[in-house]
This record gives sequence, C-alpha cells and structure tokens, in this order.
Amino acid sequence: MAADKVDPIHQFHINKLIPIEIGGYDLSFTNSALFMVATVVVAAAFLFLTTSSRSLVPGRLQSVSEMAYEFVGNMLRDAAGTQGMKFFPFVFSLFMFVLVANLLGLFPYFFTVTSHIIVTFGLAALVIGTVVVYGFMKHGLGFLKLFVPHGVPVFLLPLVVLIEVISFVSRPVSLSVRLFANMLAGHITLKVFSGFVVSLSALGAVGVAGSILPLAMAVALTALELLVAFLQAYVFAVLTCMYLNDALHPGH
Amino acid sequence: MAEKKGPDGTGETGRGKEHDAEIRDDDLERRRRELGASLATRLPNRLEGKDDAKPVTGYGQAIKLSSEFIAGVVVGAGIGWIIDRMAGTSPWGLIVFLLLGFGAGVLNVMRSAGVVAEFGQGAKPRRDRDDGK
Repeated sequence: MAADKVDPIHQFHINKLIPIEIGGYDLSFTNSALFMVATVVVAAAFLFLTTSSRSLVPGRLQSVSEMAYEFVGNMLRDAAGTQGMKFFPFVFSLFMFVLVANLLGLFPYFFTVTSHIIVTFGLAALVIGTVVVYGFMKHGLGFLKLFVPHGVPVFLLPLVVLIEVISFVSRPVSLSVRLFANMLAGHITLKVFSGFVVSLSALGAVGVAGSILPLAMAVALTALELLVAFLQAYVFAVLTCMYLNDALHPGH
Repeated sequence: MAEKKGPDGTGETGRGKEHDAEIRDDDLERRRRELGASLATRLPNRLEGKDDAKPVTGYGQAIKLSSEFIAGVVVGAGIGWIIDRMAGTSPWGLIVFLLLGFGAGVLNVMRSAGVVAEFGQGAKPRRDRDDGK
C-alpha cells in the first residue's frame, strides 16, 4: 500500500462510478450505491438459493436461512405480539440489509454502506415513518395518547408532552447515529492499527518485530468488528420492533 | 371509664399487642409484595428488549447511551432553530427548546437504561400485549 493510502478516512470517500444528472439533481451511481446493490443481491441470492431445495431436513445453509427467519420472527413476536407479524417482511428486510451491509464492509477494499449517516438515517426515517403513518391509520388521533403519560398533574402536562414529543422525534436520530458511529469508529480503529503495521515494518528488522503487537491488535479488532456487525443489525431490528409495538398499542 | 383503659393485670394486653404486631408484619409483608409487583409492571421488562438482554461491552453501552442523549439535545435544538426561523423569535425558541431537548435526552438515557417506564406506559400497570386492542 502506498503511504497516502494509510489515511484512515480514505475508505469512506464516495466516488462517482457512472455520473448521472437528471433535472439538476446529481443522481450518479456511486460506489456506495454499488455496494447497496451488492448487499441486496447477496442477501436475496443467499436466501433464495439456500431455501430453493426446500428439504424437510435442512442442510447447513438452509438451516442458516431458517435460523435467521426464526430469529427475527421470535424477536418481533416478543416485542410487538402476534399482531406485529404483519410487519415481518419489513423488519426481516431491514435486518438482512443491515447485517449483510455490515458483513460486506469487513472485506478489505470494500465500501461500508452503513458507515454513512445518511444511509442509516434513511433506514431509521423509514422505520419511524411507518410507525407514524400506521399509528394514525389504525388509531386515528388516539395515537397521540402515546405522548401523554398517565398520572401526570394537569399543570405539568404541556411540558411533559413537549418533552415526550422531542424524545419521540429523537428516536430515529439515535437509532441511526448508533449504527453509523459503531461502524465508522470500528473501521477507523481497524485502519489505524493496520496502518501502524505498515509504517512500522518499513523501519527495518526492529520495526518488523515491533509491528507484531499492532498486528495482533488488528486481528482481535477484526473479530470484535464481526461481533459488532451482528450486534448492531440485531439492535436495529429489535428497536424497530419496539417502535412498531408503539404504533400497534399506543395506549400501553 | 378510665378503668377499662388500664391494664387488667393478665397477659392479655401483651398477647394482644403481639398479635397486633403479627398482623402488622403480615400487612407490611403483603404491601411490600404488592409494591414489588407493581414496580415490576412499571419497569420495562429487561429480557424483552434492547441490547441489554446480552452482556454488552462497556464500549457498546457508552455509544448507546451517548447517542440517546445527543439525539435528544440535537433534535430539541433543531426544533427550536426551525421555530425561530419561521416565527422570527430568535433566540428564544432555540433557548427554550434546547433546554427541553436536554430534558428529553435525559429521559431517553433513563429509558434506555431501564430506570423509567417506556412510552405511554405511565403509572398504569402493563396489560397483556395480545388483548386484541
């Protein structure tokens, strides 16, 4: 690797692969878009190919797909009840997209889609938009009861309702910031430690011996990043389930 | 009349008092159990949500709580700024909503840490989720 490539932020740069401009808007196909497409293709191909045989006794890969299905299904049932199962396709797609995007980002030279806040914020806005639209559709104005806690004195109510509304609006922000910050911080740390290995080993024999420590650190961090990739996809899906539960049962 | 109030020289009163105390103990025990039960319904069920179902690293916990808090403050400030822009009340909207956002951030963190009840659950004990509502 060249010395200028050690820059830890370089990996997050967006390059235009196919410049497209429609009506003054820049709609170029970028490397981020390429990896989003790759994520969708990989996830869909994996699920389709592993379940196409439909054997009664699942093989290894088929049971991975079934486990993913069961995992998300149980999560949704626990958090939102059986009524929440009508949102299963939505939650499952979100979970698979985030998970596969995180895992693809772990490959060297690959772009991590979820390390850009606009992507994670788009996903979170989709979740909260679903919650708000479905909540008003199902309960009408009764959905607003969500913002009025029981047993609050009347003269405190305006203040409490305002705080509850701000707290509600901040949910998609914190949801997206959490995923984005985890992926960004993890990849920068990984890059910095790998950069130490490169620059230390350029110093000769002593440097090569000294670079063993950051190398071990980079290996350990890769394992940690794998865990974080799973955990963040799980957290994103669980929180989605809990928000959907609010849309289904606002009076609780 | 005063005669009746005095001790009658037997073990009666002592036993009576002991009996009283027993009742009070029972009562106290029962009320303590009830309080525990109602507290359990008000606190969010730890097993069902968030990432604290599993032991997470301190780093994960830090990012979780700080993102909750920052989101509250940022959204509060954003709402205040928009109100100022629309109504021309600068800087009062920003000041008021920044403080409200601070409150919301603290609420978010406490909710996320499982110290206060979830949205809309207030003082009402949580009912079964599948009651067809």
